[in-house]
Amino acid sequence: MTSELDIFVGNTTLIDEDGLWVGGTVSDAVALRVRSGILEQTGATAAVLQSDTMDHYRTFHMLERLLHAPPKLLHQLIFQIPPSRQALLIERYYAFDEAFVREVLGKKLSKGTKKDLDDISPKTGITLKSCRRQFDNFKRVFKVVEEMRGSLVDNIQQHFLLSDRLARDYAAIVFFANNRFETGKKKLQYLSFGDFAFCAELMIQNWTLGAVGEAPTDPDSQMDDMDMDLDKEFLQDLKELKVLVADKDLLDLHKSLVCTALRGKLGVFSEMEANFKNLSRGLVNVAAKLTHNKDVRDLFVDLVEKFVEPCRSDHWPLNDVRLFLNQYSASVHSLDGFRHQALWDRYMGTLRGCLLRLYHD
Amino acid sequence: MPGKLKVKIVAGRHLPVMDRASDLTDAFVEVKFGNTTFKTDVYLKSLNPQWNSEWFKFEVDDEDLQDEPLQITVLDHDTYSANDAIGKVYIDIDPLLYSEAATVISGWFPIYDTIHGIRGEINVVVKVDLFNDLNRFRQSSCGVKFFCTTSIPKCYRAVIIHGFVEELVVNEDPEYQWIDRIRTPRASNEARQRLISLMSGELQRKIGLKVLEMRGNAVVGYLQCFDLEGESGLVVRAIGTACTLDKLSSPAAFLPACNSPSKDMKEIPFNEDPNPNTHSSGPSTPLKNQTYSFSPSKSYSRQSSSSDTDLSLTPKTGMGSGSAGKEGGPFKALLRQQTQSALEQREFPFFTLTAFPPGFLVHVGGVVSARSVKLLDRIHNPDEPETRDAWWAEIRQEIKSHAKALGCHAVVGYSESTSICEEVCILSASGTAAVLNPRFLQDGTVEGCLEQRLEENLPIGCGFCHIPYDELNMPFPAHLTYCYNCRKQKVPDVLFTTIDLPTDAAVIGKGCLIQARLCRLKKKAQAEANATAISNLLPFMEYEVHTQLMNKLKLKGMNALFGLRIQITVGENMLMGLASATGVYLAALPTPGGIQIAGKTPNDGSYEQHISHMQKKINDTIAKNKELYEINPPEISEEIIGSPIPEPRQRSRLLRSQSESSDEVTELDLSHGKKDAFVLEIDDTDAMEDVHSLLTDVPPPSGFYSCNTEIMPGINNWTSEIQMFTSVRVIRLSSLNLTNQALNKNFNDLCENLLKSLYFKLRSMIPCCLCHVNFTVSLPEDELIQVTVTAVAITFDKNQALQTTKTHVEKSLQRASTDNEELLQFPLELCSDSLPSHPFPPAKAVTVEKASPMGEGNFRNRSAPPCANSTVGVVKMTPLSFIPGAKITKYLGIINMFFIRETTSLREEGGVSGFLHAFIAEVFAMVRAHVAALGGNAVVSYIMKQCVFMENPNKNQAQCLINVSGDAVVFVRESDLEVVPTQQPTANCQPLCTEGEVTT
Repeated sequence: MTSELDIFVGNTTLIDEDGLWVGGTVSDAVALRVRSGILEQTGATAAVLQSDTMDHYRTFHMLERLLHAPPKLLHQLIFQIPPSRQALLIERYYAFDEAFVREVLGKKLSKGTKKDLDDISPKTGITLKSCRRQFDNFKRVFKVVEEMRGSLVDNIQQHFLLSDRLARDYAAIVFFANNRFETGKKKLQYLSFGDFAFCAELMIQNWTLGAVGEAPTDPDSQMDDMDMDLDKEFLQDLKELKVLVADKDLLDLHKSLVCTALRGKLGVFSEMEANFKNLSRGLVNVAAKLTHNKDVRDLFVDLVEKFVEPCRSDHWPLNDVRLFLNQYSASVHSLDGFRHQALWDRYMGTLRGCLLRLYHD
Repeated sequence: MPGKLKVKIVAGRHLPVMDRASDLTDAFVEVKFGNTTFKTDVYLKSLNPQWNSEWFKFEVDDEDLQDEPLQITVLDHDTYSANDAIGKVYIDIDPLLYSEAATVISGWFPIYDTIHGIRGEINVVVKVDLFNDLNRFRQSSCGVKFFCTTSIPKCYRAVIIHGFVEELVVNEDPEYQWIDRIRTPRASNEARQRLISLMSGELQRKIGLKVLEMRGNAVVGYLQCFDLEGESGLVVRAIGTACTLDKLSSPAAFLPACNSPSKDMKEIPFNEDPNPNTHSSGPSTPLKNQTYSFSPSKSYSRQSSSSDTDLSLTPKTGMGSGSAGKEGGPFKALLRQQTQSALEQREFPFFTLTAFPPGFLVHVGGVVSARSVKLLDRIHNPDEPETRDAWWAEIRQEIKSHAKALGCHAVVGYSESTSICEEVCILSASGTAAVLNPRFLQDGTVEGCLEQRLEENLPIGCGFCHIPYDELNMPFPAHLTYCYNCRKQKVPDVLFTTIDLPTDAAVIGKGCLIQARLCRLKKKAQAEANATAISNLLPFMEYEVHTQLMNKLKLKGMNALFGLRIQITVGENMLMGLASATGVYLAALPTPGGIQIAGKTPNDGSYEQHISHMQKKINDTIAKNKELYEINPPEISEEIIGSPIPEPRQRSRLLRSQSESSDEVTELDLSHGKKDAFVLEIDDTDAMEDVHSLLTDVPPPSGFYSCNTEIMPGINNWTSEIQMFTSVRVIRLSSLNLTNQALNKNFNDLCENLLKSLYFKLRSMIPCCLCHVNFTVSLPEDELIQVTVTAVAITFDKNQALQTTKTHVEKSLQRASTDNEELLQFPLELCSDSLPSHPFPPAKAVTVEKASPMGEGNFRNRSAPPCANSTVGVVKMTPLSFIPGAKITKYLGIINMFFIRETTSLREEGGVSGFLHAFIAEVFAMVRAHVAALGGNAVVSYIMKQCVFMENPNKNQAQCLINVSGDAVVFVRESDLEVVPTQQPTANCQPLCTEGEVTT
């Protein structure tokens, strides 16, 4: 006796909470469910579980087309799904694995990268099917919001109906992919997706066109996307900060201001004093180099090399880093010869936040 | 020209891409009704076109309005080649033809293509202006309401239940016409869909005419079926129960409805009713109607005074007492007489209802069924489908005579079905023989008051169990005892019925789904030989199905079956029998004895041991089941009952017969002769298998209950979550070891596994009950068995479910409060008295709560489902006639839809499972869309009548036909009623008030 056909269709479409259908094969999912002890809990047989899993996969297969444009899921008539379940479906479908996103973060979402998925899958232990789904999700979101004006997070939320949390993550992914930040270098391996997403959010808030709130006067000439591209003018202006390290007097004055303020407050004061010029040079040079696309991509590599690693080798505690960065940014205001206070704040404000986040083991 | 149909095409959305080059579509719409077609403009390059058309107006006869569907075709404009069809929408405009239903159809309809499925949606508005037609000889029957619900619809009151209406129309099946060879599958499917739509329209119109002839205004329990007879044609047939209904919430409609019949009575006597006794049975009864607290309205009294035949019947009261000397005997005899007189003029005193107004059902005799094997031949003259008519007439006649033999004059819970394989067709009919209270059958309003009184003298909750037949002249060997409830009347030891459990029935414990499953191999044969072979097998199948049912019932420790449905399916090389019913323990019936096993070879020690082992297992199972279903009847000492219960014997309430094409009728005695029925003799391995199979049925996991009736005895606190579903399974039998035994096992496993799967899938709803579980078996091919199940899972409140013991008084009060019907007849005090103890679906009690000043807050507040900003309104679907936790405020019309889906890329669509899964989901979607467009939010009494699936995997093809029906309704959540008291409750108060004015 073999089952030729075996289906269950509810007036209300049943959506499995575990959401195993998003990745892997039916047999993987069945095996996972067996391991979860569901058979013992419910007294069901393996055949029942198999049949149920197949139903979920079929349902998902039919729903997948709609999930590509979640608002369609809300308007379609074929599946009656309670709103809470719709949200669950979308959330599960657009969920991604930390391990996977770290592999592709900052990479161009192109066919080339898609080919790499064959290698990423065994490396991360995530099924190829799941890798593809996640990659396609990134790419789809990117394509839809790429040309749009306005807040990146809002756009993503509106077109993909994601939760706030997930929409922010996607904004980061899109932002990284657009600016192609290098995240795969060995020395960056210690950083989590969360670290990068945090930085991305700060950068979107402060370093993009949208951040300044400048509505482009002529929409045709303004090809840059408000939230996705860094403000070119701002990057250009950052060159002006060079004076902080190029002008020796200014550098010395800056150092003495910081040292005076922090004396006795820092556990690593002597290390700081010895390293001040190096650190300051590092941070200012990173800013000055951002006019080149290549250097923009290496932003995180540079930050780690020029700041995180030196501090870490001297065993600065996080709190000392915070005190130092605060003082380092604030003291500039007391430098009378320095005229780019606003620029400095826009740069350092974000950078300080990023560095503090990046500073861990 | 009595009608103007107006259609407006508003917009489309989610259209498929028809032009690959631009990834867009140039869509326009054709609107067709009858032979008239209108077109919209082409809306260029859009997947979401906004046509916003003018009103297309069709001026048509109302006959056409009833028959024809509105056909909307969406096409892609192509300048150089033929326009491509995107898909179609068929809209049945029937709901717009009666005043109380929908007034406008407006909404998004899925655009359906038989090859591609749903392809986008279209927004349409449809209206009908009807002109009054005074032509007496008209062919239309606009205004007759149709209900699939097999009880009196919730917001109506039955004034008269007229009786059986039936009709059938036949045609050639387009799939088998010569033209089918040259047209596309799409064209062929569409021709078929359109034809069936036309035929069902015509059928409904013809039935409507019959109802008007009977002076009714509605058909309740309308069941329409298709017989796909292949080469020989296509038969669409329908049965139903004609009624005169009053809407409860509209006093305006109420008064004329009362007045007109009485006027008519004087002027035109019923044509088919020469007997003057019929509308005067009331006064002839010995009791006076003054005792009843309800004062008759003006219209009533006028009617009774106008009737001058009152006295003519009085002597008959005396005659009645002759037949039975026991207490209540005269009444019974009298009732029988009245019913007889009321029913005798009818050709077939059948009722498709399964639940009845209180007091309607007096006694139940048992199940009556008839089957007949016919050879199909081409229907030569479709306009005169005499052979098919004759076939059914023959079967109905048989049913009628079976009912007579049981001392009953009517058959309730009546249904008909067919099973076709090649040119052989089995026609089946079954129902429950019953004695009815005549007050509903004629202009019964006068008697209504009286009988009501009479009925109250009857013991509540057991009356229907009392035997209707003569004790001394029993139609079959039966074993009778005095009723365990009232101790006055005789009852049988087991009762089988096709109806729902009466709401006032006294039941102990909970019920459960009981199924008998059986397969029989048969040699492949042609024509006559095949028909003969089938006819010969049928009696054995019926016998075995019956034995299985009886044994399983005993095993459950129960004594009655409700909702019994026996389906016999014919295939090329086998016959399948599947019987489903809900077992219950009726308090009025005696406790069932156990099952005893007896071995044939007594001197074999190990064998004996084995037997005793089995016996122990059976006894354990019975004990376990009693505990599971909470069956603990009060102990009654034998002396009180008077007559000791002798050796238990199995008896049959099942009178059946079948006739083959040659009209030969075989009667089969299912009572096992003198054999002791509870004893299972194990004389060979077959019998052993049977016993084993008895024990293999596993009970549902804890927290689950199941039944195939509307309501589950013992559970009465439903919460609002419902999930209707359809599940289909097809298994392929390995052709090697096809023995009856292997076949039985396969079939049994198929059904059991299917149930297990359902329990697993619905586990999140625990505690819940699967209600109206409806299994259908078909044999699409030689080695394929297809089982389709439709049911609804309803959650209930576990804590309150524990209080299951209820006194009969409570039950009857509960009945009073649950049924709107009674609101009008009971004085208000009674209604409010009943309030504190109404544990049953509070949905139905809403009116009471609202109307009575004592509507105290024993209202359970249901948590409304989270309905956030979803743009598509939720439409509930249920095979039941009610929605738990809600009140149905309006019936919008019948939904009767037929779809064909075909594919030539089966693998690409996910194989047979993927194909059918998608199709059923689409069917649900289209039903929901139609209901929503009518302004409704639910379908009740939903049924999937047909699901014919054919596959040809070698050609990568499959085809499926689905026919569904139900009643579109508007319901209001109980909790919403509380919050917004302005809407419905005020309207509900009115009939009460108005009636009060009339009476004073």
